Amino acid sequence: MILVILISVLLVAGGLCWGLDRWWAARVKWVALLAVVIDLVLVAALWIEQGGAPPEAASAWMIDYRAEWISAFGISFHLAMDGLSLVLLLLTFFLGALAVLCSWNEVRERHGFYFFNLLWTLAGIAGVFVALDLFLFYFFWEVMLVPMYFLIALWGDSNRRYAAFKFFLFTQAGGLFMLVAILALYLLNGVQSGTYSFDYNHLLNTSLDAPAARWIMLGFLVAFAVKLPVVPLHNWLPDAHSEAPTAGSLILAGLLLKTGAYGILRFVVPLFPEAAAAIAHWAMLLGVIGILYGAVLAFAQTDIKRLIAYTSVSHMGFVLLGIFAFSELALQGVVLQMVTHGISTGALFLLAGMLKERLHTRDIGQMGGLWTALPSMGGVALVFAMASLGLPVLGSFIAEFLVLMGAFPVNAVLTVVASLGLVLSALYSLRLVQKVFLGPAPVAAHPLRDLGTREKIIMAALTISILWLGLYPQPVIDMVNGTVAQLTRPAPAVVIR
Amino acid sequence: MTDHQLLALLPFMVLAAASIVVTLLIAFRQSHTVIQVTGFVLMCGVLGAMWFARGILPQEVLPLLAVDGFAALFTGLIVFSVLVVGLLSFIYFEEREENPKEYYILLFLGSLGAAILTISRHFISFFLGLELLSISLYALIAYLRTRNNAVEAGMKYLVLAAVTSAFLLFGMALIYMETGSLEFGGMARRTDIISSPLFLTGLGLMVVAIGFKLALVPFHLWAADVYQGAPAPVTALIATVSKIGVFAVLLRFAAVLELQSYGPALVLFSALAVVSMIVGNLLALQQQNLKRLLAYSSIAHLGYLLVAFLPGNEAGIEAAVFYLLAYSITILAAFGIVTVLSTRQRDAESLAEYRGLFWRHPVMALVLTVAMLSLAGIPLTGGFIGKFMVLTSGVQQGLWVPVIVLVLTSVVGVYYYLRVIGVLFSEAPAAVARERVLHPWFYAITYTALVVLVLLLFWIGVFPNAVLQGIRAFLEIGAG
Repeated sequence: MILVILISVLLVAGGLCWGLDRWWAARVKWVALLAVVIDLVLVAALWIEQGGAPPEAASAWMIDYRAEWISAFGISFHLAMDGLSLVLLLLTFFLGALAVLCSWNEVRERHGFYFFNLLWTLAGIAGVFVALDLFLFYFFWEVMLVPMYFLIALWGDSNRRYAAFKFFLFTQAGGLFMLVAILALYLLNGVQSGTYSFDYNHLLNTSLDAPAARWIMLGFLVAFAVKLPVVPLHNWLPDAHSEAPTAGSLILAGLLLKTGAYGILRFVVPLFPEAAAAIAHWAMLLGVIGILYGAVLAFAQTDIKRLIAYTSVSHMGFVLLGIFAFSELALQGVVLQMVTHGISTGALFLLAGMLKERLHTRDIGQMGGLWTALPSMGGVALVFAMASLGLPVLGSFIAEFLVLMGAFPVNAVLTVVASLGLVLSALYSLRLVQKVFLGPAPVAAHPLRDLGTREKIIMAALTISILWLGLYPQPVIDMVNGTVAQLTRPAPAVVIR
Repeated sequence: MTDHQLLALLPFMVLAAASIVVTLLIAFRQSHTVIQVTGFVLMCGVLGAMWFARGILPQEVLPLLAVDGFAALFTGLIVFSVLVVGLLSFIYFEEREENPKEYYILLFLGSLGAAILTISRHFISFFLGLELLSISLYALIAYLRTRNNAVEAGMKYLVLAAVTSAFLLFGMALIYMETGSLEFGGMARRTDIISSPLFLTGLGLMVVAIGFKLALVPFHLWAADVYQGAPAPVTALIATVSKIGVFAVLLRFAAVLELQSYGPALVLFSALAVVSMIVGNLLALQQQNLKRLLAYSSIAHLGYLLVAFLPGNEAGIEAAVFYLLAYSITILAAFGIVTVLSTRQRDAESLAEYRGLFWRHPVMALVLTVAMLSLAGIPLTGGFIGKFMVLTSGVQQGLWVPVIVLVLTSVVGVYYYLRVIGVLFSEAPAAVARERVLHPWFYAITYTALVVLVLLLFWIGVFPNAVLQGIRAFLEIGAG
């Protein structure tokens, strides 16, 4: 029930924001903030409650809620949460609260509709992380899409229409293939078992012959690969990330990309273990290509948001590499990478947004020497640039280290090549810091304002969390232990070369 | 004819009586409002009569008609659409035409034709219903006779419909020659001839006529011009009532003859579906005129609908009914907005007129947005459940080519629906001074109706269970 409350709080508050806009335009942001904070507190309470439980509990599902929905098709309103969901929910509401905070002054018009879209996107994402009925999952998957489209198309930058279209079309195309795959799985399972149901646990028992499993898995994989993004399908990402408003970029990079990784972890691997194992090496290869390609392109960008967007492509390559290594270490690294990437890239996008607010440009060429004018911002940026390049002490290091260590026994060659990505990440991160904050200071037309109190709070929260994850990631690893153990239990036969 | 048969036909008689009542009203009292209200009451009467007669279904009125649950569903859908179209017509014609009364006679006659199609089990009733529908539409399309577009559209429809009627008759004649029967059931008993060349030719000729009415590619050339030229409520009528009626008779004809189990017919209809989906969506991409855009989108949607027709089983029919329901609500809402925004001189059809509508008329823009999302098949709307059911029935039968085409073309479709939404939400131009609203009451009612339509769309999109069970229950009531 608590899961239903989590989602409906966002939906109701979103409706309220829009409804109250006419009379209360300046204050709807408080409603939005309140809603997200309520959810954040609820999830944090859940975490504390579950943290006491032994890590190796018998059932991975901590909370399971199920109600009839469209019984004519065997569709139920089935929400459930395990450690993985809990970690991602916490991330969702943490970044959600920051997204509301960072739009505090940035949004100058149509507040109500803006926060409506923001909250509904968050609700869709939260739904994706807990839905355990495949129809419901698809439902949430699409629900998060439309408000996100509006966020980009209405409050984005100069080329926002194009970016919003591209984002929507790519995701929708992937989503429809997933829908067909879901239907095929549902019907095959129905023929086998005699009961037609979209329930996850029910569909887990489907026995598929190899070609069917391969095609159905590819249907799922296309949708998740677009979201993640995997390299040939990443085309929408730089545009969407750079044109979206700051909160939009934060949610896109911090959360939407994670839904792709979550989908692979939750659906592709458990539903089609053999088929997934069969393509594991190809997927790892794509992951490595993504790592290198993203890093090289990030190095070449002159637009600060595009640069950060390409670093996401690179970091998500590690996720793909780790998932298809099928080892416990790598999977723990993947979950950590999802969280730390959300925090570090989110922080970088926030910084880019703050820079844009002050300088009215995203062009790195027009920046430089900002450290003198903006010392605190420069310091924070340095921290997150270091996080992005994988400096020990900060969370991303642990994550990427675990992924590489887990992947090494499976495919040593690819892992070695992937670790080159770490070198490249140092290149682009340092270039970013150098071009923006160091170097000769331009003659500023007007004095620049350093971080305000609100911005300091946001950045402090992010810095503390990335440090904490770097120094003591154990709670997160413990929390996802059950899920990871389940993922590796069938021990898909990955041939060790 | 027994009492029960009469009772089963009662809704259709009320529908027929409606046009006579309107004729008489015109003779005695020429008030648009009175006619409108009477028409509304009579349509409610038809629904009431259907409710009254529900217990005695199914009834066969040999040899022409069969009133069963299937027919009741489609007739209900038609009457519902006519109710909304009638409501939209008031404000539309009150501002334009000093004498819009005959319009309602034609409206009710046309719906009667469509309703007869849903209950026909015989070539004669099939043809009668189709002609009744077509002839009313000729006049309805060209009703605003001072507009060039309208006359052109009317002529185009007249010529083409007449030609395809000839095709239909010729096809019927060939099939009659082969089977010696005009009844669907009688033909079905002659299974031996189903692969004879004459039968196949006859079927092909009939498909020309049916494809024309449903605006399937390659018989779609009239669609955009007629959608554009016809008055907005009439366009809504063509998009809903005429297609529902013709699709109903096609479904019944195919079900009785088990056409789908017959290879060449299956290939023929698959090809029509695939081509319609592709061409419709591609042609809609660059349209700058909302009515033309909806015309091409309706071609594509009929293609989707044919995918549900291909399996030829219960699930397919169920999917088709649900799809038509969602589609009708959506299209009525969309054309409702076009109607409300139209001015005395011309219809609001250019997309440029919708620029920034959200900031001027948020409610109307939202109605249109939801309609577009539903056409695109985005969750929370009825259009999604419809598309989902169509896909399910297609995947179940392993119809991979149409299913994959459906998926790919839907993505293309999303592009132009989003384009419309983008226009609605773009920066507003300087506010256009609106003319004084003539009939605040009817505007209020129309607004309410449109909002109700959108809520309905959400309701069947989020809680389709009740509707689905209703459809199943109806479909179980006998078969003709």
